Amino acid sequence: MAALATIGRFFLGFFAQTGQLALFIGQTLAALTRPPFYFRMIGQQMLRIGYFSLPVVALTSFFTGGALAIQIYYGGNQFNSEAIVSSIVALGITRELGPVLGGLMVAGRVSAAIAAEIGTMRVTEQIDALTTLSTNPYKYLVAPRVIAATLCMPLLALVADILGIFGGFVVGTQSFDFNAAIYVQRTFSFLQFDDVASGLIKAAVFGFIIAIMGCYNGYHSKGGAQGVGRATTNAVVSASILILAANYLMTALLFSA
Amino acid sequence: MTQKISLAHVHKTFGTKQVLRGLTLDIEKGQSMVVIGGSGSGKSVMLKSILGLLTPDSGSIVIDGQETVGLAREKRTAIDAQIGMLFQNGALFDSLPVWKNVAFRGIQNEGMSEDEARQIGKQALRRVGLGDELLDLFPGALSGGMHKRVGLARAIASSPEIIFFDEPTTGLDPIMTDVINHLIEDCVQDLGATTLTITHDMTSVRAIADKTALLYKGEIIWHGDQAALDASEDPFLHQFIHGLAHGPIEVEGQQLEAALAGLDS
Repeated sequence: MAALATIGRFFLGFFAQTGQLALFIGQTLAALTRPPFYFRMIGQQMLRIGYFSLPVVALTSFFTGGALAIQIYYGGNQFNSEAIVSSIVALGITRELGPVLGGLMVAGRVSAAIAAEIGTMRVTEQIDALTTLSTNPYKYLVAPRVIAATLCMPLLALVADILGIFGGFVVGTQSFDFNAAIYVQRTFSFLQFDDVASGLIKAAVFGFIIAIMGCYNGYHSKGGAQGVGRATTNAVVSASILILAANYLMTALLFSA
Repeated sequence: MTQKISLAHVHKTFGTKQVLRGLTLDIEKGQSMVVIGGSGSGKSVMLKSILGLLTPDSGSIVIDGQETVGLAREKRTAIDAQIGMLFQNGALFDSLPVWKNVAFRGIQNEGMSEDEARQIGKQALRRVGLGDELLDLFPGALSGGMHKRVGLARAIASSPEIIFFDEPTTGLDPIMTDVINHLIEDCVQDLGATTLTITHDMTSVRAIADKTALLYKGEIIWHGDQAALDASEDPFLHQFIHGLAHGPIEVEGQQLEAALAGLDS
């Protein structure tokens, strides 16, 4: 009986959380479409989420591109590797690794920061204060972060694409003595607009996930510093899992058609 | 006199815990009502229910003749506009300087210009005895007493008709407690506002209350003016205002008698 009760509690908790998240997303979408719009807040968040995430995304993608080139070179046919390495690095980075790794890195940095900030505001009654001052917290806190993350992630993914390909190029030309001109020419001959576009669409969805999970977990945090810590961890874990799940679903949708 | 705020049979339950059990309370226009009660008696839940931050399970809360239970947030804008609130820890926005905190309502809702907002910030700070040098500081740089005073400045900046004070003197030294009590008294008199204060602090009660109510287990079990407070022989009130460990009030979360017996042995 105790085991059944535990299972029952787990499912009740799961459905309650899912329902609460759905309501939160609904409130956020309503806030996104109705004025007032806090443009200055959106700008500030774009700076914090987009600009300040540039170094971490750039370094991640550069080294991933380089590592990918090494793996393909040693894993494939080394005598005809110039064409294979450049094309697989380009496709791998633009379709998958750029947006996914960029998304995961930004999830770690931004989702945690959003959850910690909003969670602290929750436990110190700043969100209640906003409400009593006739300001809708969904419009003032959540919407600017969601808009900023959704707009910035594709731009970060584009940077990741460029630097990831460049990482492969550096390794190919410096370590394996590939001809630079041929490498570039092969990269662009294989790469299609759809490859880049699909990655950017994915990145926009990941941006939405990152911001919404940070805001949701922070907004519902309780119990002082420990509660904020829990919210931060939950934000990063849930955003990362949802990014990977959404990536699978979108890949299936975009490339099976 | 006209009732500015009226609560009738308000119930609120969290899980299996009944926090408010048919709470009924009337606050007249221009009156300073202080609700006292121990930790866990339901004071904060009552206040959050009046502010619309929590929705009661049943009962009625009428502010200025308008029923607010079940009223959507966007439909209580007119009510919210006439309310000021001093939170227990100030609840100042960390990311904004003092002047933006104080003039927040004007900046966000009335499209106030920066110059105008700074002016409002200056005036409100002066009313609570703070100087202009604080305007550009962030809340993190303020002491506990200043935090409270800036919170009070924010609460009165828009000259509200109703002001709520959530434990305004908790955590302050006796001198700062007296300063805050006087500021509350002065501000309320200047504005002619109706106020509701929740506190444990009997010094505050004596300094600012026109009328006092004792909340115990989610119900008002005694209410009266200052003279009645001293004259009352109510055993619950007697125990609370004299801070006695023994009496009819049960301390939340423990069997007090057993705990004290354990200490004695």
